Amino acid sequence: MKELVKKFTEGFGPSGFEDSIREIIRKEVEPFVDEVRVDALGNLICFKKGNGGKKVLLDAHMDEIGVIITHIDENGFLRFGSIGGVNPIIALGQRVYFENGVCGVIGSERIEDPKDLKLEKFFIDIGAKSREQAAEKVKVGDAGAFLQTAIDLGDRMIAKAMDDRIGCVVIVEVLRQLKETKHDIYAVFATQEEVGLRGARVAAYGVEPDVGIAFDVTGTGDTPKARTMDVSIGKGAAIKVKDSSLICHPGLREYLVKLAEENGIPYQLEVLESGGTNAGAIQMTKAGIPAGVISIPSRYIHTPGEMVDLDDVKACIDLCVAACQSPLDF
Amino acid sequence: MDIKQFLKDASMAHGVSGFEFADIAKIVQERMSGLVDEIRTDALGNIIGVRYGDTTDPLRPKVMLAGHMDEIGLMVTKIEEGGFLRFTQVGGVDPRILPGHEVIVYGKKPLTGIIGVKPPHLTSREEAARAHKMSDLFIDVGMPEEMVRDLVRVGDVVTFKRQVSELTSDVLAGKSFDDRAGVAVMLVCLEELKRYKVAADVYAVATTQEEVGLRGAMVSTYGIIPDIGIAIDVCHAETPGVPDWKTSSMGKGPALTQGANIHPKVYQGLERAAKELGIPVQPDVAPAATGTDAWAMQVARCGVATGLVSIPERYMHTSVETLSISDVEKAGRLIARFISSVDACFVKELKKWT
Amino acid sequence: MDLKTLTSLSGVSGDEYEVRDGIIKELDSMGVSYECDVLGNVIARKGNKGPKVIIDAHMDEVGLVITYIEKNGFLRFATVGGIDSRVLVSKRVLIGKHRTPGVIGAKAIHLQERDERNRVIPSDQLFIDIGASSKEEAERKVKQGDYVIFDTEYEELSDGIVKAKGLDDRVGCAILLEVLKEPWEDINLYAVFATQEEVGLRGAKVAAYGIEPDMGLAIEGTVCADIPGTDKEFQATRLGQGAALSIMDSGSIPNRAMLKELIRLAKENDIPVQFREATSGGNDAAAIQQARAGCPVASVSVPCRYIHTPCSLMSMSDFEAAKQLVIAFLKSVEGGFRP
Repeated sequence: MKELVKKFTEGFGPSGFEDSIREIIRKEVEPFVDEVRVDALGNLICFKKGNGGKKVLLDAHMDEIGVIITHIDENGFLRFGSIGGVNPIIALGQRVYFENGVCGVIGSERIEDPKDLKLEKFFIDIGAKSREQAAEKVKVGDAGAFLQTAIDLGDRMIAKAMDDRIGCVVIVEVLRQLKETKHDIYAVFATQEEVGLRGARVAAYGVEPDVGIAFDVTGTGDTPKARTMDVSIGKGAAIKVKDSSLICHPGLREYLVKLAEENGIPYQLEVLESGGTNAGAIQMTKAGIPAGVISIPSRYIHTPGEMVDLDDVKACIDLCVAACQSPLDF
Repeated sequence: MDIKQFLKDASMAHGVSGFEFADIAKIVQERMSGLVDEIRTDALGNIIGVRYGDTTDPLRPKVMLAGHMDEIGLMVTKIEEGGFLRFTQVGGVDPRILPGHEVIVYGKKPLTGIIGVKPPHLTSREEAARAHKMSDLFIDVGMPEEMVRDLVRVGDVVTFKRQVSELTSDVLAGKSFDDRAGVAVMLVCLEELKRYKVAADVYAVATTQEEVGLRGAMVSTYGIIPDIGIAIDVCHAETPGVPDWKTSSMGKGPALTQGANIHPKVYQGLERAAKELGIPVQPDVAPAATGTDAWAMQVARCGVATGLVSIPERYMHTSVETLSISDVEKAGRLIARFISSVDACFVKELKKWT
Repeated sequence: MDLKTLTSLSGVSGDEYEVRDGIIKELDSMGVSYECDVLGNVIARKGNKGPKVIIDAHMDEVGLVITYIEKNGFLRFATVGGIDSRVLVSKRVLIGKHRTPGVIGAKAIHLQERDERNRVIPSDQLFIDIGASSKEEAERKVKQGDYVIFDTEYEELSDGIVKAKGLDDRVGCAILLEVLKEPWEDINLYAVFATQEEVGLRGAKVAAYGIEPDMGLAIEGTVCADIPGTDKEFQATRLGQGAALSIMDSGSIPNRAMLKELIRLAKENDIPVQFREATSGGNDAAAIQQARAGCPVASVSVPCRYIHTPCSLMSMSDFEAAKQLVIAFLKSVEGGFRP
């Protein structure tokens, strides 16, 4: 699994630019499913046939936050906008890379007051000596991702884009373990979550499932002077109650809690005060779809050093496998 | 029907957004069932009562009514040492109304709790000048920590504990009239419809999750595919310190909204119905979003012609929302009259803009 | 219909009657078939083979709406769409169907306290004066709910530089009408003249749901800040530098194949283009992209300085470029281009 985490998190795929990560995931998942297709927004939709059960959508988003070049100045510096929620305090000094392999570092105008730390003041330096030289390597509209390799800490791992490649890992592992299933499984590796749940919204419309379960990272309250939140890494799969995008279907949520308890899978209940997930879009599809979320607790979300505990990941996989093999009659 | 009694029962029922099924939905379902031909619940918990039209025409117009039955509330985010509960809001709760409020925590069983604050004796003047933030507040259920942990889980919902006050025979004050008053209007309307011959099928929907983003209305409208959608909600009644031009008056009839969110012909139809019945209405103009279920209904599928009827209410999103029962009754009668005027011809006109 | 006529029409979001009537008349005279839907969108059709393509421009413009008439005849209003309230004071407006003239007044500077002078006057503290001395007198000319447009004349300031209100997005409407003059055959073209873009892309959302397109192209009058005090990197677009291609905005990220094709076509046909060098703002492309199971979209825009104010400026050469590029793109779709 660690290999897969490394492979997925190091893949390139800011929102709207998921071609490369999609191929990486496709290669891993193809052996375990019956059918793979890509829709108009680039979602990778994998179908595993069941036997007279329900239509179950499992969702994880494959896009990551990043940057997009908005302007190249006469000296070859690149101005950029953010793709998704990029925190300026964290972006400064980071290295970024573009799909063609070009790398650069984020620098800043002279700033005296830390309050002025804003992305508008920053630029990317790719070592170009002039606009012309820069334009040979990149162009306005190119997207960049943060450059960091995954680190194995034993029980825990650090990587960029854990949000939400770790969710992708969970689903791939579930599909690997699910030899046979009663339910029709639609595994959606969604695009453009970080810019507004856009991929999941149209994918769910197309699939029109009976049940939707999203797998995404969630914040924790277990670091020094953290926010008030009863989720910790290492304490199991987080079964979501609510975030700003949805209130999880109470029946489904209780069902997952019961499954976890019956199967001895460590879990915790999660209320996330700000932030949303694809389940929010899935729930609102057509005339409404019961949706829930199994979250992977993660520290330092939206930084290039997102940390997860592999026992939690395993718990999420176990819970999802149990759910897929259960009648899902909540 | 005793609409005052319903308003009281509905106000005191609990049903925080997403958890309407726990109580309020049962009450609504029970009261509505006698007034409709069919009743169902959808995936988001919306209660949909259908009253079929009084003609055999297979292509009857569909009119949807939406009054939301959810209420704003709180949710437990963490159980602190000592058994104190940290919480977040569900829907827009003004943290300034919370200190000293009694609440009910819906754990394994309902628990009375208090949102505790430091006594003034121990509070510095500077501290007292600052409003409380929600993150600083907590609920005290007066139990030892182990007992709390046994009864309460993260994600449990919390409502205000509040009896309805009958300020006068016509004026009630209580929690959650936003928008149980709208549900009451639907019931009055359904009752009233018995007196009319109606061409349209009427879908009375007690919607869910309005306070967290019009979610119930969005999906139920998709499922119903109405030609016309009328949202019934509350609006601000006159309040000291707020200029007249921002409010309506309580007890002077429902408010009718016009603006981009409202189809002009539905507005005119409602206005006409009011005139016919001699019911006074108060004009209201919304430049864009009305913040009601009408906003979601309008853009479902290929679009829905929407209207908005509002009950003027004071102190919205507090636990002492105050309204006039007469406005509720008038709104119900007015909407019934409008519905009786809807036929296939009216619906066809909705796509003619010249 | 020319831009002068189009921009002179009134069409605040939710009150697009004049624009819609004008466009319908034009479509009738061109012999193009169309339909109106319940949100007031006009959907014109041409061609009946090949992929379903939406070209979208919105008919509505930002403006004001009368919310209350004071006892002494002054009118209270709300803004419709995103208007910086600092542009409102001391402007002329036209109210309602009969275009009653009015002015937005403010307390004379002499009567203001020193610290008041530096404060922005929020729009709910402003009012419109139509010269009426009582509520009754005012109500003879206007009523609550009447929409208000800026009273701005269309003018050519110099060769090819045009000044008008509502260029966002009457330029798009003008381009759609031009496109519909071309013969279209191997494409199912849906020209959507959309309502309510400025209040949340609402017309386009339902139109796209109904059409279920294979791809969509939004045509907009977009931000242009090549003005003093704005550094080059924040100008977004530049007047006279060609049609603007979006790279990303707050509502959508263009389909990469469509964007690539637009760039290729511009090069091939010598059409001047520039990137819209900003990621803020949004347009109907977002609503089209998200309709049903989704479709690829892109945006082609005409840079307009000072949009969302009483008067904006644009260059006819950019307009021409955007028009040529849209036509070239649709021809390419006829020729077999698929995203």
